[in-house]
Formats: sequence, C-alpha cells, structure tokens
Amino acid sequence: MEIIKTINLDYEYEIYDDNGQVTDKSSALCGVNLTVQKGEFLAVLGHNGSGKSTLAKHFNGILLPTDGKVFVNGIDVSDDSRIYEIRQTVGMVFQNPDNQIVAAIVEEDVAFALENLGVPPDEIRERIDEAMKLVDIYKYHKHAPHRLSGGQKQRVAIAGVIAMRPQCIVLDEPTAMLDPKGRKEVMKTIKMLNEKGITIVLITHYMEEAAEAKRVIVMDKGSIIMDGTPREIFSEVEKLKKVGLDVPQVTELVYELRKAGLALSADILYEEECAELIAELITGK
Amino acid sequence: MLKDITIGQYFPGESIIHRLDARFKIIFSVLAAVMLFTAQNFMGLGIAAVFIIMCYAASGIKFKMILKSLKPIVPLIIFTGVLNLFFIKGEEVLFEWWFITIYTDGAKTSAFMIVRIMTLITGMSLLTYTSSPIMLTDAIESLLSPLKKIRFPVHELAMMMMIALRFIPLLIEETDKIMMAQKARGANLDAKGLIKKAKALIPILIPLFISAFKRANELAMAMECRCYKGGEGRTRLRKLKCSAIDFLALGLILCVYGMIIANNIAFG
Repeated sequence: MEIIKTINLDYEYEIYDDNGQVTDKSSALCGVNLTVQKGEFLAVLGHNGSGKSTLAKHFNGILLPTDGKVFVNGIDVSDDSRIYEIRQTVGMVFQNPDNQIVAAIVEEDVAFALENLGVPPDEIRERIDEAMKLVDIYKYHKHAPHRLSGGQKQRVAIAGVIAMRPQCIVLDEPTAMLDPKGRKEVMKTIKMLNEKGITIVLITHYMEEAAEAKRVIVMDKGSIIMDGTPREIFSEVEKLKKVGLDVPQVTELVYELRKAGLALSADILYEEECAELIAELITGK
Repeated sequence: MLKDITIGQYFPGESIIHRLDARFKIIFSVLAAVMLFTAQNFMGLGIAAVFIIMCYAASGIKFKMILKSLKPIVPLIIFTGVLNLFFIKGEEVLFEWWFITIYTDGAKTSAFMIVRIMTLITGMSLLTYTSSPIMLTDAIESLLSPLKKIRFPVHELAMMMMIALRFIPLLIEETDKIMMAQKARGANLDAKGLIKKAKALIPILIPLFISAFKRANELAMAMECRCYKGGEGRTRLRKLKCSAIDFLALGLILCVYGMIIANNIAFG
C-alpha cells in the first residue's frame, strides 16, 4: 500500500522585486516522481537548496504543486475540501522546536491539534496522555516548554503530531538544532514510532541518521538523483561527493581502504561490521 | 538575566481560592474594585480590607506577598497621598508652617485614598497570584464570548494572548542574546542621554523584529499542519466549570457589598 505518491511534481517560486512585481521564477522541484509505501522509513538527503524541504511541504498540502499531482492515501492534496483529512494523515515536525510549540504548557500544546479537530475533552485527555507517554515526556506534562531541553521540546512537538494519530510523520531536519544527546533521543523516538507502524519521512543532512532508514533518496537541484537502500546509496561515494554530500565516517574509511587496494566490500555502513572486517583483514583469517 | 521575568506571578496551589472558576474570580475582582469605590468612610473600607485579607488567608498566599504586590505602586501611593494632603482645603487647620497649611480634611482624605489604593492593588494581585495565565486567558475568552454576536474576534484575541504568553520568555531570551552579540561587536548599549539611549536600542530591536517575524511565519505553518482553522468547531482540553463554591463565594461578596452599602447609609 502506498501512502504518498507524487507524479511529475513541479514547484516554482516566484521572485518579487521591491515593488512586489513578479520578476522571475525559480524552479525548486522539477518532475519529482516518488512513492512512499505504508510503514516505510524513508530518509531524504540533499544539500541546502536541493528542494528537500519544499518536497516535504507538498506531502500535507502546505505547498501546492505548480504542476503535477500529489496524492495522500489516494486523495489529491489540492482538494481543498479534504485538506484536514490529509493533514491528519500526514503530520509534520519542523526544525526549530521553539517555533512550532503554540501553548505555554506542554500538555496544552500536545492537545492543540485535537482541539482544532473538535475532539471531545475526555477523548483529548486520553489521547494526549497516550502520546506523551509514548515519546516519554509525560513527566513534564505541566511544565512550560521553554524550561525543557531541545530534545525534550522536539519530542513535545512530535507528541503534538502523534496525538492526531497520523499514519505518516514527515520530519524536516528535526535534529538540526539539537545537541548530540537531544539528537539521540529524537532519533530513538523516530525509530520507535516506525516500529509501531507509522510511516516516517526523515529529511536530514546527517548521514549517520540516514543510515538508520530503510530507504534513502538523494535530491539535487529539485530532482531525485538516487533512490535505494542505505547500503546501495552510500557505496557510491564519488557520486554523493559530487552533489556536495558527505558519507558516514565508516563508509569513508572503507572507501579510502578500497582505493588503497584492500579487499573490502563497498556497502559497509555500521561501525561494528567495519571493525569486524578490518580485524579479519589484519589477523588474516 | 532577563529570563526569570514573569507577568502576573502565579503561585500554584490547591486552596479554595485557587479552585474557584477563573471567570468568577475576574468578576469578583471587578466587584471588589467597585466595592472599594462605593465605600464612603473608613469603616466601609475596613470591612473590604478585612474581607480581602481573609481571602489571602484562605488562599495560602504568604502575607509578605501583599507587600511585594504594593512595591511597584509606592510612587503612586506617595503621589496621591501628598497631593491630597496639601491641596484639599477644609475648615480645621491641623498644621501650619511657612506656606504649608494642612487641614484635617486633607489628612483624612489622604489617608483614605492611600488605604483605598493599597486595598485595590492587593485585591487585584490575588487574582493573578491564584490563577495561571492560561486560566485567565480561557476565562477572558469565555466572558467575552457574547461579543461574538457583534463579530468581535474573541477567539482570535484569546489565541493571540496564548501565543504571546508562550513567546514572551523566548523573545526575552533572544533579546539577551542579541544584546550580548551587539556588545561583543562594540555597540554602546549603556549610553547616557535619552536620544543616545533610544539610538542604542535600534541595533537590538531590528534583529529582534526580524527574528520574531521569522518565528511567526514558522509558527503559522506549524499551526496549519496541526489543522488550525480558527475558532469554529474548536473544543478545549480544559473545560471551565463553575461549581457550588463559586456561587457561595458570589453570595459572600454580595453580603460584604451589602454591609458596605448599609454602612454608607448609616454613617454617611
């Protein structure tokens, strides 16, 4: 079952001059064809300005395509009458946790989406408690958000989305503003949600995070240029470097060793397996 | 440094006063204010003051908080006191020296006004001491809801207040950061003189505004993502509930009110 499908998706920004006249158009997406399956964990890579955030904003109708179509569960996102159904299906978490928390108390914020949807108070209570327990912030439910750490705030934002019981969550660089500890907490939460059957689309520029996904796509100049499993993607070190991306440290090491003439397989991704293979190589087994 | 500023300090608690419906509390505060201005003599004022102090006792708020709430209005108290003392003329001269003449009436009015202002502020502070900003926002939305009929944007107003409450600490923190950054680049923020001081604010205010607009933009997007569509058909997590206690309190206040009016009639 596919949950998100884009067909020949184009998006153009209009560039205005000082008088508010359209002077030029800049193409952010051109001809994107992407299908996301239910339950998938998809990572989207690309350097700044590659169109990855623009693409994400099409998944729940925040931006509407200039040309082409986007479907969520078979519903066209340009269908204005069903937009809330779509936004409930595909939740979105942004980069800066401070700018997406609406209320001055954690539980109020988690309840925000449900209040908007007109859910009865008793059910709101039940669903927000469940959401807060799931991402492990229940113990802060009466706190003010600005007293929490970055990782905790981002989990509050995730809880606010989960309370809607979405089938898919799109996260637009959710860890970019966090410290390493917060990043770890958020990644753990994301993986746990995926295991519960929620489709995850993770936009990131941390290669280590992309390596945790089941599928990776790489974007450049508004198009998808690579699509495959993390092992397939990261084994093409040269191609990634050409579009301005790094590879995980392990892959880099293996790449250099291979270039030096050692017999290692190219699709090594995790530290443990790399250590084992190198150990084997050294001991000559 | 600026981080711990709060507006209308709230002390969480479980007392009867805390548990009163915030809507009733707002009405009570208004009633108490009117009551203080109805009282014509010291006896009436005394009744009101005793009542407010009893409310403090019931709320479990420490009495020293009364002094704290009065601190910001000390200049006002002194101003009113002095003004009344020197400018009200009567028949009986209490004190005379050089060009200063103080009449008994002036001294009386002055003392009366001081007590009235102090009681008023003390009473009002109890409202913010015992209800959280969110409770107050909800209460204001609920109290103003009849105005929806004349297309007054009640929900929008409440939402704005809620977002303001959320972003004030954030923007204060940001001001702090900008100030430090500008100082690091040699901005002279401690300039003397009004015009220089105003000019020194520009390099702080401009980045602050730009960042606030950026935040607003992102927040709007995040709200849309969470299906925000205005006040129509919205439910609330916390329902404001009025109970028997609220009506009991209302009865009590009206009793005090009656006493003050009776006192006015009896003693003028």
